Amino acid sequence: MVKVQALIKEKGGNMSNKDQHWAKTKSLLMITLAIWFVFSIGIFFFGAEMEASSFRPLGYPLSYYMTCQGSLGIFVILIFWFAGRQEKIDEEFGYSEREEN
Amino acid sequence: MIKGKFIDNLPKVYGIYTGGFIVFILMMAIGEKMGMTSKAIGICFVAFTIAIYAIIGYLSRTMQADAYYVAGRQVPTVFNGMATAADWMSGASFVAMAGGIYFKGYGYMALLVGWTGGYVLVASLLAPYLRKFGCYTVPDFVGTRYGGNLARFCAVLVLTVASFTYVTAQINATGTIASVALDIDFKYAVYVGLISILLCSLLGGMRAVTWTQVAQYIVLIIAYLLPVFWISNKLGAGFFPHVMLADEVARIGELEQQFGFIKNSAADLATVPKGLAGITKAHSAVNATPWAFISLAVCMMAGTASLPHVMMRYFTTPSVKSARRSVGWSLFFIFLLYSSAPMLATLSKLSLIDPTLSTGIIGKSIAEVQAIDWYQNWNAANLMFISDFNGNGTLELNEFFMGGKAVVLATPEIAGLPYVISGLVAAGGMAAAMSTADGLILAIANALSHDLYYKIIDPKAETAKRLVVARVLLVIIGFAGATIAALEIQGILGSVIWAFDFAMSGLFFPLVLGVWWKRANGPGAVAGMLLGLISGTAYLIWVRNGGSGFLGITQLTFGIVGASVSLVSMVVVSLLTKEPDAATQKMVDDTRVPAGRSVLTQK
Repeated sequence: MVKVQALIKEKGGNMSNKDQHWAKTKSLLMITLAIWFVFSIGIFFFGAEMEASSFRPLGYPLSYYMTCQGSLGIFVILIFWFAGRQEKIDEEFGYSEREEN
Repeated sequence: MIKGKFIDNLPKVYGIYTGGFIVFILMMAIGEKMGMTSKAIGICFVAFTIAIYAIIGYLSRTMQADAYYVAGRQVPTVFNGMATAADWMSGASFVAMAGGIYFKGYGYMALLVGWTGGYVLVASLLAPYLRKFGCYTVPDFVGTRYGGNLARFCAVLVLTVASFTYVTAQINATGTIASVALDIDFKYAVYVGLISILLCSLLGGMRAVTWTQVAQYIVLIIAYLLPVFWISNKLGAGFFPHVMLADEVARIGELEQQFGFIKNSAADLATVPKGLAGITKAHSAVNATPWAFISLAVCMMAGTASLPHVMMRYFTTPSVKSARRSVGWSLFFIFLLYSSAPMLATLSKLSLIDPTLSTGIIGKSIAEVQAIDWYQNWNAANLMFISDFNGNGTLELNEFFMGGKAVVLATPEIAGLPYVISGLVAAGGMAAAMSTADGLILAIANALSHDLYYKIIDPKAETAKRLVVARVLLVIIGFAGATIAALEIQGILGSVIWAFDFAMSGLFFPLVLGVWWKRANGPGAVAGMLLGLISGTAYLIWVRNGGSGFLGITQLTFGIVGASVSLVSMVVVSLLTKEPDAATQKMVDDTRVPAGRSVLTQK
């Protein structure tokens, strides 16, 4: 068990900076796209169920609320969250750039 | 010389501009009180704002390639967000969106979800990588990544088809507004609109378009939000409509139950003027199948990520990091308008159909409604119509018809707001249509001048000559668009949706796989672009000519067919042909690293 972990660590160590950066970038992409999928496509499979739901944000029917503000607002937050996470990843691998104004 | 200073002073410059615009609105309001005619106010609003844009366009003139093509790559994050929002929100978003929601309810909301959700794809899949690449245009990326003039040419082709479909709709919208506000014939108004559009972009290219778009965003967002808040307060619906209209939405549902949706006979409907519609669908209830909703949303999202006039806005930021953040700001500024459109639709509908409100017309006698001033005005403008189908002398819900544009244009007047607001709304609609038209015309002209002329036809051309060619093309494309717009072939919204489907069919997968799949090669990309565009177009033509279609894919969602064919053909052809060479693979690696020099160095 310990041996395997050491091996993984060694392999990880052998992975170039670039490859590790790209691997982390890809997994962030997957998480972002998964959240995006849920709120742009997933929930709209259940339009009728959302309408009947007793959960009514601000008093609006849930289906109506998600199309007017809910999903839209979540996308705004999601992009800023994604940008922040990606900046952290870039910093970790020394790819953060100074603003060249 | 002034440029560095100008960039540092942006918040101040646009702060003064916004203050000046508000003072102008107040002056107009005072003018109205002192007896200025509504026509004079309308002319002042449109003429004053266009003059400001023209001045900005003139001050931003340039003879440098990187200023002309990518605004010198120094547009700060937040301002680029505003410019993108104006670039994005077209005359259709401004004038037609609330109307679409008013008439079609839930089914239409797929467009709102699609037009915002697409930005997540832009931020995560494309914008930062294309910014790192350092291209001037979208075909520039395709041509360099996949190598060869054929791939570059195909990208120019798809870009031109999609953007041109879109731009005729925008010039049409500027013409409509100019003809109403300036009271001239539509045939001439279209060219007035075109000249205003060219004034913004001709001398300064992307740099001029950037700074006029920021100015246009400020005008259009004030023009959209002010009436929404004002009407909501005036009707006593709530101080902050976005979070306080639940009762009104429920009330509309009750009234729908009470009136019922009575179907009119075909003979009765034939008497209704073309382009007007009655309320036949529930306001908030789910009225579309999941697939109808999702397929439309998917097309709009993929189309958003493939439309070049949006993508090229992110080429103007100073860094990869700021390109990413700028997408977030863009969507934030778009969200301000999009989240208000359903509220405007709700307020507009309730004020018209609720018999207990003083503005309500349903249940009143036909003669009484026909005597109302605003009814007469909008009836004369061919945007409103009533008819006593059942002969009982009372107006029923199914006897009232309205044009989609009337929701934005007429609601302030119906709710009894002063005319100055209507003038403001006209200026806002003009700003929205002009900013999008500018972005689109520039995207086409830049692709033709940079990719077709400079990269393919005459690679030795000097900068001065290239920029002259770019400007000549700008004028030609503008006039071609205006000429087609003057023919009034399709409605504004239909052609906008087609543009998204065309862009998605030809460009979505070649762009995304160019960054995310190293194995994608030139022949694959060419196959993807051409077969995607051809199959999408063929499906559209088939369905338009009475074809039954398959899988519930309509003429509004044909991009699903095009993009699927594009993906399959691109993967298959790439795998059957040679792997990209080492230099190309290194290029992709470099694109994925967010720091350091850009991949492509422009001369």
